[in-house]
Amino acid sequence: LSGGVGVDRVPGLGHSGGGSTLLGYIGIDTIIEQMRKKTMKAGFDFNIMIVGHSGLGKSTLVNTLFKSQVSRWSSGWGGEHKIPKTVEIKAVSHVIEEGGVKMKLTVIDTPGFGDQINNENCWDPISKYINEQYEKFLKEEVNIARKKRIPDTRVHCCLYFISPTGHSLRQLDIEFMKHLSRVVNIIPVIAKSDTMTPDEKNEFKHRVRKELETYGIEYYPQNEFDDDMEDKNENDKIREAMPFAVVGSDKEYQVNGKRVLGRKTAWGVVEVENPNHCEFALLRDFLIRSHLQDLKEVTHNIHYETYRARRLNDNGGLHPISVNNTQESNL
Amino acid sequence: MIERPESAVASIAQRNLEGYVGFANLPNQVYRKSVKRGFEFTLMVVGESGLGKSTLINSLFLTDLYSKDYPGPSLRIKKTVQVEQSKVLVKEGGVQLTLTIVDTPGFGDAVDNSNCWQPVINYIDSKCEDFLNAESRVNRRLMPDNRVHCCLYFIAPSGHGLKPLDIEFMKRLHDKVNVIPLIAKADTLTPEECQLFKKQIMKEIQEHKIQIYEFPDTEDDEDSKLIRKIKERMPLAVVGSNVVIEVNGKKVRGRQYPWGVAEVENGEHCDFTVLRNMLIRTHMQDLKDVTNNVHYENYRSRKLAAVTCNGGVDTSKTKNQMTRSPLAQMEEERREHVMKMKKMETEMEQVFEMKVKEKKQKLKDSEAELERRHEQMKKNLEAQYKELEEKKRHHDEEKSNWEAQQRILEQQKLDASKTMEKNKKKGKIF
Repeated sequence: LSGGVGVDRVPGLGHSGGGSTLLGYIGIDTIIEQMRKKTMKAGFDFNIMIVGHSGLGKSTLVNTLFKSQVSRWSSGWGGEHKIPKTVEIKAVSHVIEEGGVKMKLTVIDTPGFGDQINNENCWDPISKYINEQYEKFLKEEVNIARKKRIPDTRVHCCLYFISPTGHSLRQLDIEFMKHLSRVVNIIPVIAKSDTMTPDEKNEFKHRVRKELETYGIEYYPQNEFDDDMEDKNENDKIREAMPFAVVGSDKEYQVNGKRVLGRKTAWGVVEVENPNHCEFALLRDFLIRSHLQDLKEVTHNIHYETYRARRLNDNGGLHPISVNNTQESNL
Repeated sequence: MIERPESAVASIAQRNLEGYVGFANLPNQVYRKSVKRGFEFTLMVVGESGLGKSTLINSLFLTDLYSKDYPGPSLRIKKTVQVEQSKVLVKEGGVQLTLTIVDTPGFGDAVDNSNCWQPVINYIDSKCEDFLNAESRVNRRLMPDNRVHCCLYFIAPSGHGLKPLDIEFMKRLHDKVNVIPLIAKADTLTPEECQLFKKQIMKEIQEHKIQIYEFPDTEDDEDSKLIRKIKERMPLAVVGSNVVIEVNGKKVRGRQYPWGVAEVENGEHCDFTVLRNMLIRTHMQDLKDVTNNVHYENYRSRKLAAVTCNGGVDTSKTKNQMTRSPLAQMEEERREHVMKMKKMETEMEQVFEMKVKEKKQKLKDSEAELERRHEQMKKNLEAQYKELEEKKRHHDEEKSNWEAQQRILEQQKLDASKTMEKNKKKGKIF
């Protein structure tokens, strides 16, 4: 800070480097506005991966989250829901705009996960994909002539869909989350939660949380990355409410004179944004309105750094590498 | 099913009766006999855990087969596929039904589910085999029918189509047992989604040539209308619940959601009533008949064909029994029986001898013990006797000593008195 303005005149405050009060308006706080303008012009990327076996409403939920047709069914698919023989990775990108802010949203779908009779190691293609994105980014970073803005294709968030059995997690769920919670931010979600009555829902959530704890699965927001007490309190509240029991829908119905997103059954309409019916609103607020940037930061500062450190240590420096190298198998 | 050829029917002339004979009472007699005997029905439920199988069974039979004190298999974690059966005796209107529910916990729950249908197939085959053996025995009075009459297969309500596991399972079991596919937890689906899903499933079932249980066509118009309605609704989308909730003043069984109550017995909400009526009220006997006449016969012919093909390769006793005449079989059985008796006799004799030996040994032991004690007591006694003798001797010695002493004393006294007298005499002379 320009030492001339106020430091000497205020008694008790020496050149200690502590905070000093300003006697006039400088305009430092406009930096926020400047950042905003720049971000708006540049836009930003967000990559979300959805994992779960077929029929859990993954694509519908993603459409509901971003209030547009962004799932893989949007880009001209015939609607043939054929289950592929192996796990495929399908990434579909859209640019959506709101309030002048542009977001390049990439939805990475994983059809075929958990659908086969033998699902041994069906998480391998997913793990490989995530690491490939880290590798791509690393390569760009290490380049001598770097791009001004490295395109960020790393997976910022992985929504894992849990089947609403009402009993407990399935073996496959546990295996997947165990293998991938150290590599990417996993947010477990209970799919199709309109199957369960409120009591069943609470019991199930409680049981799932206990199981996740037993198996040592750290889902986002991870305990170890809380910066300060404020963060910790906020995140604790969220962690207690997770996994969110959600319902997705892209159809609107008239309820009490209002138009709401929901599912119409013979005995009533399940309102997606009604907090008494399901926790979709909580998930959306958490994912988009409060923690979007944090997801990106954790991915960049922690998961990516872990990958980078491992890579650099393993090879003793980077040799010319290609993305689809067999060296991936070290990881 | 076996059908009588047309010609046979035509050659039997129909006669009119001139009075009341009374054989119209035949059905009543059959009815009375069957009611006395009671009925048996075995129902198998298959599906991944968490699809509401136990709840549905409880709802169907209005009992708590799986309750808090005896939790169903779904609440216990299984690592491999098990096949468990529970028997329940239900009575209604004087009719007894022995209901066996066969559950398959662990089905489809592992990461690798290859061959998870094998335990199920083994179970069904073993029941058929039991029946086959019971049928071929000479003494057939008690023949319990434990064959699986119906298999309810639960499909998860994904809304898309059948999973590879569903297709594999049904393909392997459709020729061994009556398979009735059900859409579980149907309150997840909206009516449109449900229709689409059902169509998709039926399409896939036809594609893979899976033969699910077909309702028999009847000549009765009313019945066939009912059957057609059921056929249109296949696969049945069910919801189970035993919790009673009040809706508009009426008490119904259902599931209470914040947005409404899904009623189990409401035909517009789900197909539970259709399933219950079909399974229990109208087609239970038909399911048993199809199991007996089609699936069991298939099993039997496969089994016997295998035997005749292989000839002497199969060395198991039960198969050999089939190729002999009944008399030889009777001889065999008698011989077996006699041998068994002899064996039992020798065994019993052995046991008896052993027991006798044991008893003898015990007696000997106690005798020896007694002898020993006797000896010891004698010794004790002798010792005491000796001691006593010793004491007596001692005492005698003392006595004789004392007497001797007394005599000496007496002598001395006498001497002393004599001398005194002498002295007295002497004194007097003085």
